[in-house]
Amino acid sequence: MKKLLIAILALASSSVFAGGGGNVHLDHADVDISDQASLQRGANYFVNYCLNCHSMKYERWQRMQEFGIPEDLLKQHLMPSNAKPGDLMTTAMKTEDAANWFGAPPPDLTLESRLRGDDWIYTYLRSFYIDESRPFGVNNIVFDKVGMPHVLWELQGMQKAVFEEHTDESGHESHIFKGFEMVKPGKLTAEQYDQMALDLTNFLSYMGDPSKLKRHALGIKVLLFLLIFFIFAYLLKKEYWKDVH
Amino acid sequence: MSALQNMVGWIDDRFPMTKVWNEHLAQYYAPKNFNFWYFFGSLAMLVLVIQIVTGLWLAMMYKPDADLAFGSVEYIMRDVDWGWLIRYMHSTGASAFFIVVYLHMFRGLMYGSYRKPRELLWVIGMIIYVAMMATAFMGYLLPWGQMSLWGAAVIVNLFQAIPIVGEDLAVWIRGDYVISDVTLNRFFALHFLLPFILAALVFIHIVALHKVGSNNPDGIEIKKGPKGNRWSDTAPADGIPFHPYYSVKDIAGIVVFLMFFAGIMFFAPEGGGYFLEAPNFEPANPLKTPEHIAPVWYFTPFYAILRAVPSFAGTQVWGVIAMGAAIVVLFLLPWLDRSPVKSIRYKGGLYKGFLAMFVIAFIVLGWLGTQPATELYTLFAQIATTLYFAFFILMPWFSKADKTKPVPERVTK
Repeated sequence: MKKLLIAILALASSSVFAGGGGNVHLDHADVDISDQASLQRGANYFVNYCLNCHSMKYERWQRMQEFGIPEDLLKQHLMPSNAKPGDLMTTAMKTEDAANWFGAPPPDLTLESRLRGDDWIYTYLRSFYIDESRPFGVNNIVFDKVGMPHVLWELQGMQKAVFEEHTDESGHESHIFKGFEMVKPGKLTAEQYDQMALDLTNFLSYMGDPSKLKRHALGIKVLLFLLIFFIFAYLLKKEYWKDVH
Repeated sequence: MSALQNMVGWIDDRFPMTKVWNEHLAQYYAPKNFNFWYFFGSLAMLVLVIQIVTGLWLAMMYKPDADLAFGSVEYIMRDVDWGWLIRYMHSTGASAFFIVVYLHMFRGLMYGSYRKPRELLWVIGMIIYVAMMATAFMGYLLPWGQMSLWGAAVIVNLFQAIPIVGEDLAVWIRGDYVISDVTLNRFFALHFLLPFILAALVFIHIVALHKVGSNNPDGIEIKKGPKGNRWSDTAPADGIPFHPYYSVKDIAGIVVFLMFFAGIMFFAPEGGGYFLEAPNFEPANPLKTPEHIAPVWYFTPFYAILRAVPSFAGTQVWGVIAMGAAIVVLFLLPWLDRSPVKSIRYKGGLYKGFLAMFVIAFIVLGWLGTQPATELYTLFAQIATTLYFAFFILMPWFSKADKTKPVPERVTK
């Protein structure tokens, strides 16, 4: 019964996000926030590739200790030399500069996974394609006219998107996205890159709601307690109501 | 006499402690045939307490400032010990409050709990419901996310549609020409105040209830039935003392409710995107209108009614009037129902059909209110709105024309 309840609730929570880009198909991200190795890799990628422009300003460096990055390694490899573990993960980039360079300041990513969903992030990271009409020469399938360059292109390589032209009865033309074609391969294979995107998604998912693991563990105990409590409450009720006819 | 009895006696000489206890609990005789639907009144009280207690702790950490509010909620979620638990309890509690109250109101609809002599009890309940909506509306602004800002903007703009005074009224509510820091600050103050008014209203609701006595699934007045039970010769024969019978029964009900509550709070606090909406995880931005603005689920039936009514004669005030009327008409319920019986158990197919239609219309409206208003959905909303009002407007007729069954003398199991 309890497992069923959890399953139903988990199912309900997984359909939370409608995504940010209309009706684009999103690939499923097989996120596992208890996978510490993946979270550690994701943290490393995030600090190296994302944090220069995107802040994570509602969270502190020391949070990463929860998934097994000890303070000395955190200081050595991830944190800026002048930061303390209790500092918020801000970025040095000025908002005005960022707005000038990219059209809009890069959004803070602390809550990105709650805003757009894990599947959206996973798909987004893998959906940049060559589009010479854009300032940085790339566009994105799930975020049309995105202002961000493809910062991971050296790793993924550069791909182009294949569209199918469609003309409906009223003569309205539309493009239907069919798939990607690799133009210039990157340092990673497709599988390696997918894993990297998944690690990043996993990390963002964890940081979006760091209470999740604690909450699930505590939730089971609370439900068990209530279940036992109910047995006694029910028996007490039955005992009192014996004489009500 | 023991020391305890001495102390109780000392207090009773100065304050009617034992008298209040007896009148409202130990010697308050409730019908013995309450069923499942009678849990929701005490559950609503429980949720009110949860909201006040968690809200107090949130207020200790929250900052009602447009620059700091969003960050302070994340601070609560991340840095405050058990902050995430308190916050999720409060956000889950908001939705739970409405679920429980909607079921409580539906119970009243089914068993005719609003009928004479309980008209005033129903009206007080409706005032509680309206106060709850005001509290929830103001509370929803506080996290200062995108939906907080734009949801509030849409609702306050409704007041602008009122002729002559509309513009000034909206400015008066906001304290500004747009939803701003000023609005956030005053909504926080009011959101803190209103729950205490709610608690006072709940007290009045219970005083009124205990004056007239509880209704029951049979809709029979136990006070008018035979007298005398095991506890008292003058008490209704079909009554049992609220305490301990219903206090122990409600404890069992509360535990079951808490299992659902904990299930959502610990495993799905977003409530499928309905309890915590995804767009609200982005800080409020007055320069960026979200693609789709919808109020929280418990307001959506009324929002759908608002959108269903087209504007004509150059004003949108008709939708606002319809939305207001949808709530006002609920107040009038005691005087619209002219059935000779109270409970659905003894009403005929006609009444049951209309009640089913009303429930379906309300749920459909609730769903439509969360969706973008396409042409088809607007048509659906117009049909559902018509059915919603038809239930009330036609009630004087169908409640009378309905073929009722004979009501038994005594309550049934």
